[in-house]
Amino acid sequence: MPKLPTKSFDRSLWVFHVNTGSCNGCDIEILAALTPRYDVERFGIKLVGSPRHADALLVTGPVTRDMEDKVKRFYEQMADPKVVIVIGSCGISGGVFHESYNLVGPVDKVIPVDVYVPGCPPRPEAIIDGVVKAWMKLERLRREKK
Amino acid sequence: MLTGAFEVIWYIAASFLISLFAIPFGLLTKGIDRKLAAHMQWRVGPPVWQPFWDVKKLFQKETIVPEDAISWLYNAAPILCLASTVTILLYIPLGPFPPILEGHGDVILILYLLTIPSLAMVAGGFASSSPFASVGAQREMVLMMSYEFPLAATVIALVWKISSLYPQEAAFSLTAFARHPIWNIMGPFGIVGAIVLLIVLLLVTTGEITKVPFDIAEAETEIAEGVFVEYSGRNLGLFYLADAVKTVVMSALIVAIFFPYNLSPLLTPNISIPSWGWAIVDFLFFLLKLEIVIFFCMTFIRVSVARFRVDQVVKVYWGYLTLASLLALILIALDVML
Repeated sequence: MPKLPTKSFDRSLWVFHVNTGSCNGCDIEILAALTPRYDVERFGIKLVGSPRHADALLVTGPVTRDMEDKVKRFYEQMADPKVVIVIGSCGISGGVFHESYNLVGPVDKVIPVDVYVPGCPPRPEAIIDGVVKAWMKLERLRREKK
Repeated sequence: MLTGAFEVIWYIAASFLISLFAIPFGLLTKGIDRKLAAHMQWRVGPPVWQPFWDVKKLFQKETIVPEDAISWLYNAAPILCLASTVTILLYIPLGPFPPILEGHGDVILILYLLTIPSLAMVAGGFASSSPFASVGAQREMVLMMSYEFPLAATVIALVWKISSLYPQEAAFSLTAFARHPIWNIMGPFGIVGAIVLLIVLLLVTTGEITKVPFDIAEAETEIAEGVFVEYSGRNLGLFYLADAVKTVVMSALIVAIFFPYNLSPLLTPNISIPSWGWAIVDFLFFLLKLEIVIFFCMTFIRVSVARFRVDQVVKVYWGYLTLASLLALILIALDVML
């Protein structure tokens, strides 16, 4: 059983974004969530440049053959406790690329995923909602553990 | 003998007190900075207490030491960085209170001590055996060498003026600056020179605390947080605290050199409260001065401009700011001679 994130993660969540082969649509929506209009920094969410600093891994896109070992390494480089959030339909099911010869498969075939945010691409509101869902899930898990 | 032992115990207790003040205040300052920056960008921004939550979370996370890293140096660097930063505060007067190690060191010592946190970051960067961290450490060294000269020139010019007017004072001590505020003793040339030096020192501070536009050492978009790339958990939290304290240190230095004024001499004739009350008023006024200085040298610059390239940083410091500080030195020399 991995260590559960404590309550202070609800107030401060540093995310690292990795593109495993998406079309860039979801990436732009993630950046839109950081703009002054949506401003996720007010919830303590910050984009960081190194997986070592991150608490959450944002994955966009289906996993291509080239990215398979890299996304595994990103996941392993992150310090415990950590969560993985998949943004967009491609990462959930393969989306429009589901039959491509180039794919290993959806993200949850490669690394364990905690939250799925569907959409092609999901709106910034949906991404924020996904993070809130992740916090609620943690809350539930913490209660069950007690 | 007994007084010697007592003195040592007092220094240890005072160091604890200083860290108890500097760490929470530094974190609060970081929070205020983020809130103000957010408002300047037309957003709501994180709550002022956000840095406290960040640090609490970082201390609860796993601390990873990379396999190839030199682990003792890798783990020692954050502690060294925080400890040396707190040590500098022992030599700087905090508003109405004289420095705790008064008489043991002067501005020259502070200039040397200021390089130690940067050197600790460089050592940590090289010890973490990541190419990104190595590049970051090299950039940190370039930055350090660039801002050293304007910083030294600023201090020397002001000390020259004080020592020419008051030869009996120990001119390099910060209490001499407090006794003779430079704006009161300068002539017209000297005032212009001092304003130039103030601007130079504000820009040097931005580099010293490695904030945009001089944050080439931790540029997260190019070299993935640079020197900190491999750090996580507790070690990263200690660096975060050291950064917060360093902000307080640099702004306290600017306040001590340029604005050593207290409210009490101005208000004592009108209002009567006991002397400890004045100490509190002066200390709060000092904190206000710190926040104003930090606003101009950190928040305002940070939201106004983008990051410089490495060569541009060197050009700004070794070119423009060095020229400006030399010009100010000439102006103050004229002031001393006339």
